[in-house]
Amino acid sequence: MKNKSLVAINDLSRDEIVKILNLAEEFEKNPIQNTLCQKVVATLFFEPSTRTRLSFESAVNRLGGRVIGFSEASNTSVTKGESLKDTILTVANYSDMIVMRHPVEGSARYASEISPVPIINAGDGANQHPTQTLLDLFSIRKTQGTLNNLNIFLVGDLKYGRTVHSLLMAMSHFGATFTFVSPNELRMPDEYKIYLEEKGLKFSEQTDLNENLDKADIIYMTRVQKERFSDPVEYEKVKNVYVLREGMLQNTKENMRVLHPLPRVNEIHTDVDKNPKAYYFPQTMNGVFTRMAIMSLIFGLE
Amino acid sequence: MIQKKQLRVSAIENGTVIDHIPAKSLFNVITILGLHKFDNLITFGTNMESQRFGKKAIIKIADKYFANDEINRIAIAAPHAKLNIIRDYTVIEKRVVEVPDHIEGIVKCVNPKCITNVEAVVPKFKVLDKISVSLKCQYCEKITDQEHMVYL
Repeated sequence: MKNKSLVAINDLSRDEIVKILNLAEEFEKNPIQNTLCQKVVATLFFEPSTRTRLSFESAVNRLGGRVIGFSEASNTSVTKGESLKDTILTVANYSDMIVMRHPVEGSARYASEISPVPIINAGDGANQHPTQTLLDLFSIRKTQGTLNNLNIFLVGDLKYGRTVHSLLMAMSHFGATFTFVSPNELRMPDEYKIYLEEKGLKFSEQTDLNENLDKADIIYMTRVQKERFSDPVEYEKVKNVYVLREGMLQNTKENMRVLHPLPRVNEIHTDVDKNPKAYYFPQTMNGVFTRMAIMSLIFGLE
Repeated sequence: MIQKKQLRVSAIENGTVIDHIPAKSLFNVITILGLHKFDNLITFGTNMESQRFGKKAIIKIADKYFANDEINRIAIAAPHAKLNIIRDYTVIEKRVVEVPDHIEGIVKCVNPKCITNVEAVVPKFKVLDKISVSLKCQYCEKITDQEHMVYL
């Protein structure tokens, strides 16, 4: 991984994923390290973000590095019409690594082609967000003790949700069984089902969130967004169907944990928050350790 | 008995004949090869009857021979095209086109939110299916199929 960019989750092999997770575990035990001492990391956020930007910046600070960057494009030369190419070539002179979120799909791959310093994709539109997937994997492994042969329930917008697609691809290295829970309009696209079939992995689909929850090791919730529906009536019909409430966790397994990439709107009722099976806030903490590991490996730490 | 067949597009002495182009793809082939910028003598015919395609087109380019990677660029528009290499009014070689594994700078990505449609970035694709010709963008990872192809 040394000096390489991280653009998409499928750029990483199974072994590389495991290596990142192992190192993240070390950072969790000993979070204050100097692996980024003397390094400058630029965080270029052309689009708003709370967790991703702050956890990257927290990770750099904890590792003794320095951060430069911006959290919105409006006070940069982008508003004067500067191209992404020119922005990247400029910022590369000021930093040793660029962490970038950009609304245009494929922008991170392009930046990685032209940049003399490594690029970490912190989200390129609806396309890829690999560090989210890695922190999801870290959270799953930490709570279950393993990544192998788990029952993963993916809930909500399975059609457009980039986090569920990337998680599915990454988990397929470890032999998971998937249950897809979504309204008909937002079902998992065929290309991912074909992918699982080719890998010999089992999956099933259901529209009712209440069904089979007792079998789940992980319930991964996502937001059902109004703007995804062509027919507003359809949205009104389903908007309250995919809401997880505390009572629904009653017969779930002891080891089961609820994950969510956040931000949440109303798909997890706040009464779930106090349940020990709710894991979405610790999950955000894991983002710091995972990003510490990713940046350290790219800077050549063995 | 010698059967005389009337040529609808006149023969060339030396050069290349590209046959079995689907009629609807003729102008795409011309664009991809940049024939509109050539000074050579070029003749073409279109909407000719073909048992295989219904309507086909043919292009004859005098004094021009193509390298394989140059001609394979037309494969996404005319995957069944056949080339006849002509010297002294005689076909000395027949070639077929081959759909390449990767293509660059021929068609646009179908995704309006793709970086290749926003900045001056040359589109690059991995060819997923060589028969129906579907292309996966190397930037945004979306798939462009034959039906939605727009040539640059």
